[in-house]
Amino acid sequence: MCKPRKPLPVPDLDTQEYWEGCKRHELLLQRCKQCGRYRFPPSPMCHRCMSMSYEWTKVSGRGKLYSWIVVEYPTHDAFRGDAPYAVAMVEPVEEPGVRLPGGLVDYQGVELRIDMPVEVVFDDVSEGITLPRWRPVGCRGEE
Amino acid sequence: MESLRDKCAIVGIGFTRFSSNSGVSVMNLALEACKKAIEDAGLTNRDVDAVLTYNMSDSVPATEVATGLGLSELNYHLDQWAGGNASSGIVITAAMAVATGMCKYAVCFRAMNGRSGFRMGGGGRGITEARGEDQFLAPYGWTSWAHSFAMFFRRHMHKYGTKAEQLGHIAVACRKHACLNERAMQRKPLTLEEYMQEPMRVDPFRKYDICLETDGACAVVVTTAERARDLRHRPVYIMGAGYGGGPLPNSYGLCTSAWLNWPDHTESYAKYIAPQLWGMAGVSPEDIDVAEVYDCFTGEVLIQLEDLGFCKKGEGGAFVEGGRIELGGELPVNTHGGHLSEAYIHGLNHVVEAVSQLRGDAGPRQVKDAELALTTGFGYTVGSAMILRR
Repeated sequence: MCKPRKPLPVPDLDTQEYWEGCKRHELLLQRCKQCGRYRFPPSPMCHRCMSMSYEWTKVSGRGKLYSWIVVEYPTHDAFRGDAPYAVAMVEPVEEPGVRLPGGLVDYQGVELRIDMPVEVVFDDVSEGITLPRWRPVGCRGEE
Repeated sequence: MESLRDKCAIVGIGFTRFSSNSGVSVMNLALEACKKAIEDAGLTNRDVDAVLTYNMSDSVPATEVATGLGLSELNYHLDQWAGGNASSGIVITAAMAVATGMCKYAVCFRAMNGRSGFRMGGGGRGITEARGEDQFLAPYGWTSWAHSFAMFFRRHMHKYGTKAEQLGHIAVACRKHACLNERAMQRKPLTLEEYMQEPMRVDPFRKYDICLETDGACAVVVTTAERARDLRHRPVYIMGAGYGGGPLPNSYGLCTSAWLNWPDHTESYAKYIAPQLWGMAGVSPEDIDVAEVYDCFTGEVLIQLEDLGFCKKGEGGAFVEGGRIELGGELPVNTHGGHLSEAYIHGLNHVVEAVSQLRGDAGPRQVKDAELALTTGFGYTVGSAMILRR
């Protein structure tokens, strides 16, 4: 039996620009050209105004911790060695109400709390894929 | 347009053994549950002319079950791709079908080898390619419904100070009830101390916050109130019904985009369907004698009780304390043990239990003189509920 491998995203026609941005270490979100609102996950249509016109826009990569979990008991075998690990939903500063899922990094020893500031870090996990993850900001005197 | 209120009734219930390894096919389970429900109603395969089911690509099609049952006519059928949100909804759809004369007797079923076969919670599923909306979750090890709902429930704990002990009261109540239910999978008594001693599975959820996985099936037969009067059991009337979701996003609820964009994760679909549900039935939460509330996880019970108006928003934690939701309490909840302790048949076992209670057939776990029951089916942003009366 080969060792289980962690799942990697398979970019599709709606999401490939997002992943291309990640590869360049840029966080891109779709922004509606009609109402100006950001949205996530990627979708051909703005679910607020139904416009199908949008542009991929680079955002700051700063946000607030909306919620998180700490997985002690993974359901996917490839994550067994990582437990406990934390996954979060983050609201980008540009558009609260949009929530971006992502793993938390450098959070050990940090008291996680809702609304604490986080920033994106990019993890080149394979040749073709870079995953954005989130790191608590200002907890260890970095800033 | 006339209301659906009291137009239809549940007249038959059926269920298989609940186990972690049925040793039989999903078709076998589906046919057994449907046959038992049809016979419980005092009907035969010559009478039933509609089959409805819901599944998440883990079950057998309605038409194949209709064929397997040897129905002489098929005047309506439905294969709904849905999770637990449809557990009351499928019965409501059957009621609409018989009320409009599309068909006469409809059997609704849910069948799954949920432990030995396809595991809803993601256990044992080692995907390596994350497609669709999964591409934003699975690469981080967000690979289970428990992960999603634990993530969302933390918001309730944050906003309202809801405590783990309060979730524990829900787990303990369900287990107490399961101990009185011979078909329940988990019948070992559970104390609040034992609940608290369990380590986190996915913080903030512990082991007993998370539902079981089950091989099994349930089925119910629905017909018009008029036909119901001539059948074997006292009819259980569908008095109120709701199936829908919230304001934003305007998409079907069982998808990541709906969940990520849900305005406030301390609330659920139940808030939005409550006016129609209570309005149709013409009763209020304080009239309900027994509530079979969809409990994929403990926290979801609490949110639905709040959203349906059994207590004020944010006070669900206090509401479930002090034995209020146990047999003998103000509002007995999940008298069969629910998904947490009886079995996980995707909510249709909750409907079966409500019917047993209203017939007065629930044995040692019978709620005395139960006249009105609530059933719900939870999908966070979308879900269903019924008020049933005897």
